Amino acid sequence: MRYNVEELVQKLIQGDKFATARLISLAENDPTTAQKIISLIYPYTGRAHVIGVTGPPGSGKSTLVYRLAKEWRKRGKTVGIVAVDPTSPFTGGALLGDRIRMQELTCDDGVFIRSMATRGSLGGLARATKDVVRILDASGKDVIVVETVGAGQSEVAIVRIAHTILVVLCPGLGDEIQVLKAGIMEIGDVFVVNKADREGADETAMQIEDMLNMASTIRFNETGWIPPVVKTSAVYNRGISELIDRIEEHWRFLKKMDKDIYFRRRVEQDVIEALRSKIEQMALNHVMKNEKYNELIEKVANKEIDPYTAADIILNGVIRSEEKEPEENE
Amino acid sequence: MVMFKGEFIDELKKKIEKWERECVQEEIKRHPERQEEFRTLSGIPVKRVYTPLDVQHLDYFRDLGLPGEYPFTRGIHTTMYRGRFWTMRQFAGYGTAEQTNQRFKYLLKEGETGLSMAFDFPTIIGLDSDHPMAVNEIGICGVAVDTLADMEIIFDGIPLDKVTTSMTINAPTPVLLSMYIAVGEKQGVPMHKLGGTVQNDALKEFIAQKSYVFPPEPAVKLVADVIEFCVKNVPKWNPISISGYHIREAGATAVQELAFTIADGIAYVEAMLERGIDVDEFAPRLSFFFASHNDFFEEIAKFRAARRMWARIMKERFGAKKPRSMWLRFHTQTSGVALTAQQPENNIIRVTIQALAAVLGGTQSLHTNSMDEAWALPSEKAVRIALRTQQIIAHESGVANVVDPLAGSYYVEWLTDKMEEEAMKYIDRIDSMGGMIEAVKKGFPQREIAESAYRFQKEVEEKKRIIVGVNEYVDEKEKLEIPLLRVDPEVVRVQLARLKKVKETRDNERVKRLLSELRKAAERNENVMPYVLNAVKAYATLGEIMGVLKEVYGEYQELIIF
Amino acid sequence: MSSTERKIKVLIAKPGLNGHDRGAKVVARALRDAGMEVIYTGLRQTPEQIVETAIQEDVDVVGLSILSGAHMTLLPRVVQLLREKGMDDVLVIAGGIIPTDDIPKLKEAGIAEVFGPGTPLKTIIEFIKKNVRRKG
Repeated sequence: MRYNVEELVQKLIQGDKFATARLISLAENDPTTAQKIISLIYPYTGRAHVIGVTGPPGSGKSTLVYRLAKEWRKRGKTVGIVAVDPTSPFTGGALLGDRIRMQELTCDDGVFIRSMATRGSLGGLARATKDVVRILDASGKDVIVVETVGAGQSEVAIVRIAHTILVVLCPGLGDEIQVLKAGIMEIGDVFVVNKADREGADETAMQIEDMLNMASTIRFNETGWIPPVVKTSAVYNRGISELIDRIEEHWRFLKKMDKDIYFRRRVEQDVIEALRSKIEQMALNHVMKNEKYNELIEKVANKEIDPYTAADIILNGVIRSEEKEPEENE
Repeated sequence: MVMFKGEFIDELKKKIEKWERECVQEEIKRHPERQEEFRTLSGIPVKRVYTPLDVQHLDYFRDLGLPGEYPFTRGIHTTMYRGRFWTMRQFAGYGTAEQTNQRFKYLLKEGETGLSMAFDFPTIIGLDSDHPMAVNEIGICGVAVDTLADMEIIFDGIPLDKVTTSMTINAPTPVLLSMYIAVGEKQGVPMHKLGGTVQNDALKEFIAQKSYVFPPEPAVKLVADVIEFCVKNVPKWNPISISGYHIREAGATAVQELAFTIADGIAYVEAMLERGIDVDEFAPRLSFFFASHNDFFEEIAKFRAARRMWARIMKERFGAKKPRSMWLRFHTQTSGVALTAQQPENNIIRVTIQALAAVLGGTQSLHTNSMDEAWALPSEKAVRIALRTQQIIAHESGVANVVDPLAGSYYVEWLTDKMEEEAMKYIDRIDSMGGMIEAVKKGFPQREIAESAYRFQKEVEEKKRIIVGVNEYVDEKEKLEIPLLRVDPEVVRVQLARLKKVKETRDNERVKRLLSELRKAAERNENVMPYVLNAVKAYATLGEIMGVLKEVYGEYQELIIF
Repeated sequence: MSSTERKIKVLIAKPGLNGHDRGAKVVARALRDAGMEVIYTGLRQTPEQIVETAIQEDVDVVGLSILSGAHMTLLPRVVQLLREKGMDDVLVIAGGIIPTDDIPKLKEAGIAEVFGPGTPLKTIIEFIKKNVRRKG
């Protein structure tokens, strides 16, 4: 069946799963189409609470997300889930298996699950994930969960997209917490000690609390929120309700902030990012079309000029050609 | 005690060096060998020739012994097949209980000596035939069993004190075994006279066969419940068949099959010891189940290594005193995945080689696959040929007339040793992870198997491994000539009707009460067998009983491993 | 590798109760190594779950692996549901233990090809690349 973008968007805002899926694919595959889609759906976004779930491999994120989704459903909320898995840098392919944990929810009308491959480009992932979240938002989902690989790249993408970030750890990590500290620990809004049925859960929870007391996180500086630590056992379905309560607390906290400062700031970030990506695209397009480009690279290789100077030269070229092109195209 | 004199060894070394330098090099110059390197199916590199040098480190008494003597490398019995042939036990069962009953009577008439039951998928994972997910799969790859009524029909006219029955069932073992016991009781055969086997091996489900129901810890608890119950009440029964077959079929190498199976065995022994039961009380009842594959000598070495490893582990690690506790008794099935869909008649030859390896390896019982294995359930003709294969080996080849005839072969003894060495590396690793239950939860064996499976497929595609009829000697225009067995769709109607009738005519109040008692017993962590037996006799269904246990123990979620 | 390169998306599914997944997993890996994005459903899937997944993931290909003999009911049902839900440009293929006699009927029901035991992975990959119907 063939539909055009406008028709799909019409179906999307009514919650149609087929339209949701199609639009996500179109946005993932082409930035120009993505822009068109976003321009049509933007007025319908902004309602959903976006939750990022991150943490080291083996901490049980997928099972936890599954349990959370079930509990949200019980509370009458609709849920969108985006599960991000790495693309092989060697073959360009990906094996996406997070969905296995959540298959019981597949036929629930109030749940939409989509797997995404990182596709090797950091910037591309951030943009694509944001667009997917917007599409799910526009389809009417109350809660959208973005579950990442837990290996660095995607974390950056998550920070930009999610309102509430869950950092999921599990007992027995030991020294690894020190290592994690440098990265994802700083972005967490709620810390989860999953597999809390295992030995060492209390110790792990205390370690995290200690660290949080010692260093203030980025998020705290942004918003003033003190991250709680929650113990869960996704496999035995314990602690899930409490975790959701903490997540909702955070949502209410954000909403109460002065004059919507938090949300205003996010919108501004969105615009700046869109700007950044367009500038990059424009510059690269120019560079691709320009014969002088290879000459320039040769000069840098021969140490005649340095990379920064080369960039200035390109940029001047871009600006001048942008001024020229509108005339030329008439 | 050293087997070869020092001067002999020195002399031999010199002779071999000369031989390699002169004769071999000359031959290779004229005709280079077929490959750069030769390896067994497991990847163990094999030399051109084996000599006493390769086995000089062996001590006959410590490493081989005599048949029936520790470490039982040469066989667990003194006379082996001179006393009695291995049991010829062909896996069977499909469709309705009546059809299975008929197939059993046919096989017994044709000379089979033990019955073996296959169940359909809903039964295997503990669902009744009227469960929504069961409807499409009733009676297709085995017999459907929902209640005691089905079991009664299956064994109608078959005296349970005269046959032994092997039931390929795992998570629902408590239910199926209870049903068998109940049928025996009705025939007037008391529990302690019943003989047979239940597979009852939960760990390999997580690793390979994937018909798990409960998570690892409760699954192992139920395994131990069954073993304990049988030790006390059904002493002739083999309450577990610790299986390597499925692990092998899922892609493991022979070394991995050996290692993971023994590691599973270790986990079960530990579970039993934790209950305070003396090792010599239950160990004699443990039995094993291996595959037999195409690499003839590797398989034989595997079986011999298995016996030696288990004997040593039982004696040294677990302090067993009775020789019977150290015996590794096993059933073998020829490999399914080694058979091809292309040119199926070739499979008869493959099965013959595999069966021969199992016999030379000293198996206690054997199932030979039918040639149409890659297509569907076996037709009568195909199943008969498979049975005849065993009978010809037994009566016409002479291999059954000498015990462990390959012992002393330099290659076979070296390879046996090598298999043990490689397998022990895995076992040590699993021990360091905290045992097999932990290793399974971490996904270790699953990952090893997925790797081996992928590697094997690549080797086949790159023609590093030749499979006749598949990547070489292919018949482009071949047409299938084998009569296939089809399951009658009437089966569904008959089964559902019977299930409905049973539910209507039984005492439902009583069933409810007994199920409630089962639940409480499970919650109190008691042995569930007596309670399951009571429920079964009241015609509670398999699904109902498993449902109660699922509520108490939870359900397993598969790991995401490729 | 450009992040906007059009990848072939494949769903590998195990309908029914049978748990033998060696083949499905080997194929999934091979497709990934051939540059495709593969989603694996896990075991014990109903036709409804498979189709819903295919819709949400907007896949180009659905590969069904079945070894229990229940293929004549389960596989056509998947095709039927896909068509009902508007996913008629999805390429549906199957593998496992399926007798040759049943293949014509399965093809009539909409299964594009059946890849039995011994099929080289290369064959499956090439078939997909050749027959996938890219959506606009």
